[in-house]
Amino acid sequence: MKVAVLVKRVPDTASVFKVAEDNKSIVTDNLKYVMSPYDEIAMEQAIRLKESDDAEVVVVSLGPKETTTVMRTALAMGGDSGLLVTGEGLEALTSKGIARALAAALNTLSPDLIFAGKQAVDDDASQVPERVAELLEIPHASVAARFELSGESVTVDRVIEGGHYTLELPLPALITAEKSLNEPRYPTLPNIMKAKKKPIEEKTLSDLELAPEDLASDLVVESLSLPRQERRQKVLEGENTEQIAQLVKFLGEEEKVL
Amino acid sequence: MSVLVLLEQRGELKASALEAATAGAKVAKATGMPLNAVYIGQSLGDQASELAGFGIDKVYAYEHSDLGNYSNDAYVPIVRDLAKELDAKVIIGTASALGKEFCASVAARLGVELVQDAVELSWDNGLKVKKPIYAGKVISEIAVTGTPAMVSLRPNVVPVEREGDDAAKGRGQPEIVKREMPDVSLRTVLKEAALAAAGVVDLTEAKIVVSGGRGIGGPENWPVLQGLCDVLGAALGASRVAVDSGWIEHSHQVGQTGKVVGPDLYIACGISGAIQHQAGMRTSGTVVAINKDPEAPIFKICDYGIVGDLFEIVPLLAEGIGKVRS
Repeated sequence: MKVAVLVKRVPDTASVFKVAEDNKSIVTDNLKYVMSPYDEIAMEQAIRLKESDDAEVVVVSLGPKETTTVMRTALAMGGDSGLLVTGEGLEALTSKGIARALAAALNTLSPDLIFAGKQAVDDDASQVPERVAELLEIPHASVAARFELSGESVTVDRVIEGGHYTLELPLPALITAEKSLNEPRYPTLPNIMKAKKKPIEEKTLSDLELAPEDLASDLVVESLSLPRQERRQKVLEGENTEQIAQLVKFLGEEEKVL
Repeated sequence: MSVLVLLEQRGELKASALEAATAGAKVAKATGMPLNAVYIGQSLGDQASELAGFGIDKVYAYEHSDLGNYSNDAYVPIVRDLAKELDAKVIIGTASALGKEFCASVAARLGVELVQDAVELSWDNGLKVKKPIYAGKVISEIAVTGTPAMVSLRPNVVPVEREGDDAAKGRGQPEIVKREMPDVSLRTVLKEAALAAAGVVDLTEAKIVVSGGRGIGGPENWPVLQGLCDVLGAALGASRVAVDSGWIEHSHQVGQTGKVVGPDLYIACGISGAIQHQAGMRTSGTVVAINKDPEAPIFKICDYGIVGDLFEIVPLLAEGIGKVRS
């Protein structure tokens, strides 16, 4: 079977983010880029299928050329090959266009199963995998905390508020990963060396023959701002009982949250 | 032309459904467009009365025993077709774990843009949405220029507001339009719905959250926080350290790789306040921190802090609040 994993190169969210002078973008100098953490979990699940069912694992991404660094990490975890959609015109794409491009790229692979992280931790757009599945007209389940392959179908526990749904999906299907799905492995040094020789194919948007209207954006980022942090930062003093009395009074009378 | 609100239910209408209706009412008022809502579930029944006062014209109710639990295959075509039928210009859903999948799928089928997890929504010659990005460290203000403009609202950020004078205008109670469940083939099969017992509040919907971190010391100590939760009717949260140490399930984790919560009151006990944790609770109303380390970063992002031993403070706090509440 063939398994595709969607991975995204994102800035490490431990970074300090600054809004650029245009007020519409962030300053990217000095940002460290990593694979989006949920994508590592998606990747791990695919590699487990490689180990248990001899699956072929293709790492698929969309982004600038530098994305290959993150893809190499995925290959070092155990992926077999990569497919990167790159080149001109990517910056203007929104989730709608990105999903079109990824769906077109995936169509060239015809995977039996697609894994992705439940969201990317940069723009938190939380929709590209579902859009891809809808465009490919395959069943999908998001936020999976458990995964099992049995023959021509997969069973997942899909997290919902206060519980989960156990769902059975026929293949081909797309599954997005929750953190609790697994513990992703670290690539070993020999595997990092091996990954350098694994093939990463590149395709441009024009290679994928996408129509301009498929890629058009109807979202305009008007401004970025840093969230206001107007916390009182009032550290209480006195004996424990005094502090509690003060706190209960503040919460009840001033904040009215009790 | 109309505004369409997706009413979230899990057996009963969720508070998030009323929040979406509130946001929908705001857009309908600003644009003069009629406001409609869609209910997909087992049975709306008496809950329809909860939908009065928002100025909703019609609630399209798709009721069937097979529609009680969310099904991508069944729900998505309903909304796609209804949005077209009603010429919806704005569609508002909920950014819950299921709601995000639902909205993303509908947006894909309609071929339109979607902004997930909006924390603010307004109308100014078009839909304007604010949403957190980069783990909540940056807020993006986005204009949605195409139609239908689709957004999902983060639960707990829009206070439910009904208009008292609506009833006087005869618009109080929406008309319920019953619809048949469309004939669709279900590819995905629901084998089991493991749901929380009635009355258990999920973290993302809780008005008060009490969370514990490294300072809890071990799984045997959760009852200390649970006591405070019980007094407050709060949901129990945990930091990544507590989850990674195996002290509690991941479903309790608040933070970048856990849940994003926005309660009115957030009480952090024995939590240092790492960036990863802040990402999950930044939009909380009032934040209280209890930690024995006076240098802990949590004290920089709290409203009220107590430096001390949580095992002494938390029971005292539960007792103090219990007295006020009784």
